[in-house]
Amino acid sequence: MSWIEADSGAALTLSVNGMRHDLKLDARVTLLDALREHLQLTGTKKGCDHGQCGACTVLVNGRRINSCLSLAVMHQADEITTIEGLGTAENLHPLQAAFVAKDGFQCGYCTSGQICSAIGMLGEWREGWPSHLGDRADAAPAIDAAEIRERMSGNLCRCAAYPRIVEAIEHYATHEGADA
Amino acid sequence: MIAFDYIRPADETAALHAATERPGARFIAGGTNLLDLMKLGIERPRYLVDIGALDLREVTETSEGGLRIGALVTNAALAAHPLVRQRYPVLSQAILAGASGQLRNKATTGGNLLQRTRCYFFYDPASPCNKREPGAGCSAIGGFNRIMAILGTSAHCIASHPSDMAVAMRALDARVETRLPDGQTSSRTLEALYRLPGETPHVDHRLAPGELITAVVLPPPPAGRQSYRKVRDRASYAFALVSVAAVVSMREGRITEATLAFGGVGTMPWRNRKAEALLIGQAPSAALFERCADAVLAEATGHGGNDFKIPLLRRTLVASLAKLTGGEP
Amino acid sequence: MTDVSVKMDAPFEQSLLDRSPVPTIGKEIARIDGPRKVSGAARYAAEHFPDGVVHGVLLRAPVGCGRITAVDATAALAMPGVLAVIRDERMIRNAGDFGGDAAPVQGVDEVAYFGQPIGLVVADSLERARAASLCVRVSFESAPGVFDMMAARDSALPPTDDIFGLFLIHTEQGDVERAAGEAKFLVDTIWETPSQNHAAMEPHASVAIWQEGRLTLHGSYQSPVVTRDQLATVMGLPPSQVRVLSPFVGGGFGGKLGVMPEAVAAAIAAQQLGRPVKVVMSRQQVFETTGRRPMTHQRVRLGANRDGRLTLVQHETITDQLEGEVFFEPAGLATHLLYAGENRMVDHKVVRTNKQLAVSMRAPGEAVGLLTLECAMDELAERLGLDPIELRLLNEPETHPEMDVPFSSRALVDCFRQGAARFGWETRNTRPGQMRDGDWLIGQGVAAAARGNLFGPSRVRATIQGDGRVLVETEMTDIGTGTYTILAQIAADLLGMPLEQVEVRLGDTNDPRSAGSGGSWGATTSGSALYAACAELRARLAAAAGVPVEAVTLANGVLTAPGISRPISELVGNGLSVEGATEPGESNQRFNQTSYGAHFCEVRVHAVTGEVRVLRWTSVFAAGRILNLQTAISQAIGGVVFGIGGALTEELVHDPRTGKIVNRDLGEYHVPAHADIPAIDIQFLEERDPVANPLHAKGVGELGVCGAGAAVANAVYNATGVRVRQFPITLDKLLPGLPPVAG
Repeated sequence: MSWIEADSGAALTLSVNGMRHDLKLDARVTLLDALREHLQLTGTKKGCDHGQCGACTVLVNGRRINSCLSLAVMHQADEITTIEGLGTAENLHPLQAAFVAKDGFQCGYCTSGQICSAIGMLGEWREGWPSHLGDRADAAPAIDAAEIRERMSGNLCRCAAYPRIVEAIEHYATHEGADA
Repeated sequence: MIAFDYIRPADETAALHAATERPGARFIAGGTNLLDLMKLGIERPRYLVDIGALDLREVTETSEGGLRIGALVTNAALAAHPLVRQRYPVLSQAILAGASGQLRNKATTGGNLLQRTRCYFFYDPASPCNKREPGAGCSAIGGFNRIMAILGTSAHCIASHPSDMAVAMRALDARVETRLPDGQTSSRTLEALYRLPGETPHVDHRLAPGELITAVVLPPPPAGRQSYRKVRDRASYAFALVSVAAVVSMREGRITEATLAFGGVGTMPWRNRKAEALLIGQAPSAALFERCADAVLAEATGHGGNDFKIPLLRRTLVASLAKLTGGEP
Repeated sequence: MTDVSVKMDAPFEQSLLDRSPVPTIGKEIARIDGPRKVSGAARYAAEHFPDGVVHGVLLRAPVGCGRITAVDATAALAMPGVLAVIRDERMIRNAGDFGGDAAPVQGVDEVAYFGQPIGLVVADSLERARAASLCVRVSFESAPGVFDMMAARDSALPPTDDIFGLFLIHTEQGDVERAAGEAKFLVDTIWETPSQNHAAMEPHASVAIWQEGRLTLHGSYQSPVVTRDQLATVMGLPPSQVRVLSPFVGGGFGGKLGVMPEAVAAAIAAQQLGRPVKVVMSRQQVFETTGRRPMTHQRVRLGANRDGRLTLVQHETITDQLEGEVFFEPAGLATHLLYAGENRMVDHKVVRTNKQLAVSMRAPGEAVGLLTLECAMDELAERLGLDPIELRLLNEPETHPEMDVPFSSRALVDCFRQGAARFGWETRNTRPGQMRDGDWLIGQGVAAAARGNLFGPSRVRATIQGDGRVLVETEMTDIGTGTYTILAQIAADLLGMPLEQVEVRLGDTNDPRSAGSGGSWGATTSGSALYAACAELRARLAAAAGVPVEAVTLANGVLTAPGISRPISELVGNGLSVEGATEPGESNQRFNQTSYGAHFCEVRVHAVTGEVRVLRWTSVFAAGRILNLQTAISQAIGGVVFGIGGALTEELVHDPRTGKIVNRDLGEYHVPAHADIPAIDIQFLEERDPVANPLHAKGVGELGVCGAGAAVANAVYNATGVRVRQFPITLDKLLPGLPPVAG
């Protein structure tokens, strides 16, 4: 254990979508900027850079976080999953396919974050985590629209595809949730 | 973000040592508030000690029947913890009323306590702000101050404390455990952790340099019913305009115990023991709850744009008490 | 070069879209760009990485009015990796707007509003550039500015420009004062609407690359060609030496029409440093230095006879704008035509303030004008004791009430009737403040939607390639509106090709110039240009096959006509290419063209706290032919939610003391979140508008927002009995009128 000096390149390894990447980064580089600017994994979006929009949502060890409010150097022991790790345009993940089928987006800029967030959110639901709506996840048979809305509220969509995002997630959770 | 030296120690001792080694070092855990502020140049630490590898992620029962919550337990994990949900629902509810799923997965117990105000003017280096720059003046006084505090303010600062979690913890008489650089430990209440702005609003809390929050300890669960009611501008993902954490116990039609804490209205998570005492031994009634609200609001001051918080807090408190005591207002 | 064009001087009676054997138009077709968007493969402006690219961060003026006297960059320049601190008089001070090729106001010394860009810090990494920007010391002289429009209302003057005659500054007919005096029922109300920010999810971003004296810019722009022309003017280049690319745009809503400061700064820096430069605005900069919907102060005075017929329609608006800028918020736009009434006056005035540029934001005019007019109508209906829908039906005009022109199509009455049935309007609460469900007060509201439709110049090139695949190319953009898919559908239907055989390329100024995304005319203008190109291609295919075009059917890649059946690919040689164009004609003047709708909203308002929740929503629209039902519904939902946000939460606050934007982030500028929005029921009526264009379609993108906020406000009034005339309707404004908690 030793100090990484200010404004020096720190050698670090990030594991993203199952691939290990050796990088030399300024300690100031956020996980988001490491993905976008250094690995050119630009599916993860920067909408506000302050945890106020959710466009940068990625999965770290399966949990959704805002990658803008975390330093890359803090994630060397973690497995990071981005939108690119879920599916490709030619071979979509079922939730991505549900977004296309239900038109759960318009401009597409918040979409990666919505999808990654939804994957993480459904995992939380399956583990019985409560929400602001109450302690229902253990008892309810399936997630409903109200729970999806509350749990997805950290992902803003200015095009306001909200109702259709909820439909896409609900469809996926009901029909394909077991795949996740 | 101004450049900083960075280290990620493996244990508490190393972390405390690192913080002593480079005076002015700041601990970083979830980073959800510190990095936010660093990007804007509001926080400019020269040294960051990343405590993410420390073994402070456990929630354990104490011998007294309470809970010890490791400082690095995430907000999400704490809200979902079965013992918290069963015994301290006000805390689970408060956490879940705050931020977003993503932020709660990252934000930690210790970090949440130390988050800084969301005052618009604190958040903009181009606005005078005594909290950011002592002596610069307060832009919120006489300015747009819809979200500011009505309690605990001073002529130098009216910034409200933004935490939901800390409000519930204040109602639960939580204590904050720390370790000092010399290895000594200490324990203090939230009241003793925070400072009112007074003439030095730039100092939010009473932790010494290099002092590390290691845990929050909850006493055994209080008797009675608990609730957290948050009022905000959006249905979700917004800071509190007003919030009320209430724990009320009844026996034979009379209130036997009551603790109340308030968010969105104070310069720190607010509590008023005199107002609580008014309830004890009394049968619930609208008049009683109004008297309790009178006591809470006795020293409240509006600043124009936030005047509405006075009636809003009154109404929310009265309705919360009515719900918890089972009677309709 | 244009091969064929369509000019709308008269109704276009027969649309080939009605003759497709296997139509995709009108159906719910999933976006063809969808898989790229949901997989993260679509590349937006900032996602380009030319060799050697460096990063720029804009510097902001820390004063609301005055002059920059010194910029001390010594400390910044001494920091590692910092390449330059650029202050160049060519940089633009004001954001661009949709106004031709003139440069926006330039200069880095004079300060007209707080936060305006005054320089650019460039470094070899984003982190270093951002840190250096925090270390630049700016000195200034401050001058008295005008920051408070409401306080400066007396200085309001008529706007200087009527924006090509589209924004009528002042119209008057009959005798307004006399009508007010004689009206049996009079509603005279004052309303305030706040400034708003477009808040597209993708912040404005540009990557500038110079190669042999030519500038290429990857930018996030709704109209790349307008951006190119303005950028060329700023840089002193012929437009042919500038190329702007915007194939994917992360939302616009009017906030990305003209060239923005980051593009100019990137271009200048890249020129000076001899290497590509990327400048991405921070969210705070988007709030401070792009554009905004300006605030308004509106007076709406309505007079009616005892039977409910309007005798007076009066709408006066005061709004604000920077000195010297021509745009103003034309809040009275829909007031001209929505209801009958003999005595009328619509007026606009502008206060010159020191706030960032006021620009178009989704439905400029109607979005805030219908918000107030449709609330005032609600108030009038209550005075009259009439059902609010009944009042509107009573005042349905047969022709344009102010101009001697017919409506090209107008189904407002049907929208109300069908919407009322879908929503269950007959079971509504009729006594304000009296319907309660536990802690919640319940109410319903209704309002009309109307948004003008226009036809403008646009060009599209359509090519049937030698292999039979179709390529559609235009500079037009898809900002979430569905352009990629809609153009592919038109080409597929008119050329008889499966949708998968059509490729659409957008957002490149090297391709034929379009009308751009703005004013709800993107799909209809570019679609009509494509229609023209495809019609010509059909004729050429018929000629190649030796049959008359009227006899031809194109389907599944095969041309058939009596006695003949040939694969289209065999008829095109190495490929057939046609450029189609549209030209506005007399139909824009001979008819009033407007899309219509009716919104129905149910809210609950917490009786203790005043929190408002939208519970239920139905909107019925008539907008001519719907090209893609799936994307049209999405656009409609998006508009409705804009209206909900405008009614309940959105307010861009300028500090009246300094002009600084107080809430310059998404944490405190509250766009609606998931939990704020229920299921939204949308229906489009069957309608064709042959006057509008060969597609028989009218604009959809802005229609949803028009009147939506009024339906919310009317529902809130119905629930609480409290009428809030200062938007947004936040809970603090309802509190004084709520019932006592204990009682």
